[in-house]
Order: sequence, then structure tokens, then C-alpha cells
Amino acid sequence: MVYQRINSNRKIKMSFLELQNITKIYPNGTKAVNETSLNIENGEFVVFVGPSGCGKSTLLRMIAGLEDITNGEISLDGNVINNIDPSERDVAMVFQNYALYPHMSVFNNMAYGLKNRGISKEEINNKVNDVAKLLEIDQLLTRKPSMLSGGQRQRVAMGRAIVRNPKIFLFDEPLSNLDAKLRNQMRLEIKRLQRQMGVTSIFVTHDQTEAMTLGDRIVVINNGVVEQVGTPKEIYSKPNTKFVAEFIGSPQMNLFNCIIENGIAHIADMRINLNNSTNIDDASLGIRPDDILISDNGQHTCVANLVEYLGSDMIIYSKIGDQEFSCKLSSKINLNAGDTFKFDISSTLVHLFDNTNGSRV
Amino acid sequence: MTKYISSTINHFILSIGLLFMIVPIWIIFASSTHSSLFINTNGLQFFLGDNFIENYSRVLFKQSGFFNEITALKMFFNSFVMATGIATLSVVTSLMAAYGLVYFKVKYATVIFWLIFITLLVPLELRIMPSYIVMSKLNLVNTFAGLILPISASAIATFFFRQFYKSIPDELLEAAKLDGTNSLRFFIDFLIPLSKTMIAAVFIFMFVFGYNQYFWPLIMTTSEQYWTVVMGLKTMYGSISDRFAFVIMSMIPPVIIIIFLQKLFIQGIFQNK
Repeated sequence: MVYQRINSNRKIKMSFLELQNITKIYPNGTKAVNETSLNIENGEFVVFVGPSGCGKSTLLRMIAGLEDITNGEISLDGNVINNIDPSERDVAMVFQNYALYPHMSVFNNMAYGLKNRGISKEEINNKVNDVAKLLEIDQLLTRKPSMLSGGQRQRVAMGRAIVRNPKIFLFDEPLSNLDAKLRNQMRLEIKRLQRQMGVTSIFVTHDQTEAMTLGDRIVVINNGVVEQVGTPKEIYSKPNTKFVAEFIGSPQMNLFNCIIENGIAHIADMRINLNNSTNIDDASLGIRPDDILISDNGQHTCVANLVEYLGSDMIIYSKIGDQEFSCKLSSKINLNAGDTFKFDISSTLVHLFDNTNGSRV
Repeated sequence: MTKYISSTINHFILSIGLLFMIVPIWIIFASSTHSSLFINTNGLQFFLGDNFIENYSRVLFKQSGFFNEITALKMFFNSFVMATGIATLSVVTSLMAAYGLVYFKVKYATVIFWLIFITLLVPLELRIMPSYIVMSKLNLVNTFAGLILPISASAIATFFFRQFYKSIPDELLEAAKLDGTNSLRFFIDFLIPLSKTMIAAVFIFMFVFGYNQYFWPLIMTTSEQYWTVVMGLKTMYGSISDRFAFVIMSMIPPVIIIIFLQKLFIQGIFQNK
């Protein structure tokens, strides 16, 4: 009874896009996506992030309909879309290498999808011109894609997606072909446009900075499995697994292999009091480089093996026993390679993971 | 300075090559403007004579052949129809064959492609008897269809188009799919315009190939009405200057085609993007 009620409640409050136990197995037997379930609400900006080959693009392409679904169900706006042709799903996608139509002018690139939907010429004109103005490409409408710069092509690709006013935008690593400066600029622009239009968007990237800055929610994927779903803040401050801990944050989190006895972590000959009574034989103690507190009266002492100067910050590389770690601190502190320094690790800032399954303790 | 020297040397070499190709043609042309009598007595000529209009109009309109049933003009017409037919049909068939092989999920597409490719080892001359029997059973002897059909499917053209389609990124098809295109529209809106230059190149190759056919039309036609230019070159009797005039004129149609499609042709051969 209770189960039924929950079930029927869930049906009423169906999410805009629902993925249920999605599995993708390629003909050669590779399992790209494994039993993934995910709900995305209308207007949300969700980022799929993970290392290359983790299945994030495959998942996106299954939503677009470019890849068959081996198992599971995708529903969009209340309808199951598993067997619906990509052209009828009403989704728009921005590809990594833009995939502009090389033989068509910018105008026709943007108008093509509308023409196929039988929209009148006048309306197409208006729509394309409006979107072109929005993206500041209205001067380029007569040009061919080969005459555009990378950033301009990117805008046209976005314009082509926007002009159709789809239910969902799908972005497949659209910024990875741009140089760093342009990438930041486009990142802000994508965020701004998404806010302005309120269209549900899914953005795939391997770059955790992009993920953190763009997403309302982040989905961290590894080996075809969703490791964690949450807001950027949740993911950063409370990573569920060791993988998420390492993947999110730059420079990446320090993870020390250690034995925990009665709430005391043993890392080589260093002892850290965790203020609890945990006992784990094989644990990882994680601490972000900027959470290591350097002070003259710190409990622990180490030698700085290497100092990386980054302008306002610097990163110190050192070792506890044979385990390397880094700490990030203001470059106003005067510390050179070879110097010893003192630091504290606060028990409130550490993340503990059980090495047997990689999950958070 | 070195640049100047090397460019001079290049031009010198090119000029020699050009002379080697142009001079014989020029001699034929110059000779064709003299009367036969003059050539018979004085040999080949390097300078123009004054019988140009007389010779050329005589050759074009004179009834010739064994039974005097055909004029050179008609031969040009026949050759033109045959070459255009072969070129057009091979472009169309190979475009579509390549489209099917590359874009449709055909089982054993590669095997099918190589089977097509292997037909290159079986040129028309080798299958001339069966081809003739098929055509005659279809009652196509002494028709343009009979001249055109057996040589209008080109494995090499299919190969070119297939390779070109394979170089088109998959994302283009995917983007087009999301934009609501279907397979026919993708072919018309994307593949044909994208392979425009390739089409021009294949068209020229096949036009010249069709124009140069000799053996097949010889077998396939019993009526002089269907003689082609190349057959005429071999069998047209007449004075020496008439023959020279005919040789010169026979070169014109392929040259015209090349001049018109030259820009696309060169892009097509060196196609990368």
C-alpha cells in the first residue's frame, strides 16, 4: 500500500526529463553506461562531468536519440522517448566541433531546422534575425562557416540550437576547441543565455572548472556509473566517493592512505586526531590543499620539496612518509623550496573514505 | 635572386612540355587549312593556309561512311549524347551507391563495395560478348540506350564518392538529424552540394571515357546512323586535309567540357574540404 502511494505520487510529480536505469552496451560488449537513473527538472542547468571515456557523452547522445538505448527508459515532458526519432524529440545539440553545415551560409545554418519544420519564410527570417542579434552574429549571416573564427562558429552553433526553441539544449563539450580566454567568455555567455531563456540544459564536459561554474547541479560520472549528483557546493564540500573527491577541485584533494584507530589517523609517523571513535584498517584521509593551515605553531612539520608560484597563490609540494601532498597558500608567505614549514590539519576539514569501496565514511 | 632563377627554370621546363604537346596539334591544324593536293605535294605544313572554311564545312556536312548515311555533324551529336549519357548516369548511380554503402546500415557493406570494386578488373572489352547478348535480347542494338547502359555504372566513381562520404564527419549527419532531416533530404541538401566538385571531376572523367569509346559502339551499331566521332576517325575516308580537320574538331567537345568545369574539376581532384 505504502509502496503504491509513493509510486503514484511519483508519477504525478514526474520530472521534466527522467532517466530510469539507463544502460548502454555497445555491440563489441563495452558497457558505456550502467544502470543510470537521473531526474532533471524543467529549466535546470545540469552538467555531466567525468574523465574522457566515462560514458557522459554516450548518455547525452542517448537523450538526443543519436545512440540506441540498450536498457532502461528515458522520458521527456511526460512521454517516453526511447523509440522516438531524434528529429521528433525536440532537442537541440551543440557539438564539440560545432558541426556547422559547411556549404550553407550562417543564416541557412540557423534556418535549416526551422525550414524542415515547415515554418513560414517570414517567421524564419524574424527568428533567425532575433537570435543572431542576441548572439551578436547578425553581421555574419551571409558568410559561410569556413570564413568564421572559432568563437564565431561556436556562436552560430549555439544560435542554431536556440533558434529552434527546443525543450532541451544538449551541449557536448562545446568549449573544448576554444582558447582559454574565449572559453571563459563563452562560459559566462552560455550561463547568461540559459538563465535568460530558462531552457533545460545538459552540458557535458571533462573540465571540472566548467562544471562547477556552469551547473545548477553536477552529475559526476565515472566508468559509466553516476558517482554523485548535487549542487556544485555539495559536491565540493561533501564528495560522496574518493573519485569525486579527487576529480572535483583544483589543485586536487590530497588523499593519504592511513589506518584509523579509535579516531586517530596514522599517516606514516604522523597522527591526526579526528575527534571521533572510528576504526578503519584501510582508509583514505582527504584534505583540500587550501584547507591545510600553515602556521608557525602548527603541530606537524614538513619540508617543502617544490614551490610553485601562481601570482596571488603558491602551491607547496611536500611529503608525509612516502605520500606526496600539496598545499595552497597565499604567496605573501615567504617560503622557498627546501624550507621546513609547520601546519595543522583540522578534523572538521578532512574527508574520510573507506578504501575497500571508495565511499565516504 | 635564387627564387627568380628557379622560377625561370620551372617556366622553361613547363614551356618545353607545352611545346611538345601543342606543336603536333598545331601542325595538324595548320595542315588542315590547306588543300589536300598541296599537302600531298609539299608535306605537313606549319603555317596556316586559306582553305579553312572550305575544308571544315565540307567535312562537317559531307555524307560519309560506307553507305554515305552519316555526316560528321551527326557523329558529333551521337558522341555527345553517348558521352553525356554515360557521364550523367555514372555520376547518379555512383553517388547513390556510395550513399547507400556509407550511410545505411547495410550488412556486409564493405564486402559489397569490394565486389563493386573488383568489377574494375573486368573491363568492357572482356565482357563484350555477354554485354552484347544482353543488349540485343533487350532489343537495344542500334539505340543510344544500348550504347550508354553497359558502361554507365562506374566502380571507380563509386570508390571516389565513398571515400569522400567517409571523410564527412558523423556530426554533420547527427546535427542534420536533430534539425529534422530525413535520409532523402540529407542526400539532397547535404551530400549533393558537398560533393559538387567531386561530381564535376567524375563527370569530366566519365565524359572523356564515354567520348573515347571505340570498340563498344563498333560492336553495338550496325547502322551508320549511330556512328560516333571516334569510329568516324578510324573509318572516315576522304582526303588528308579532311581527316586532319576532323581530328581537330574531334578534340573540341572534351575541351569545352573541361573549360566549363575546370575550376570545380581541379578542386575536386585535390579535394580535402
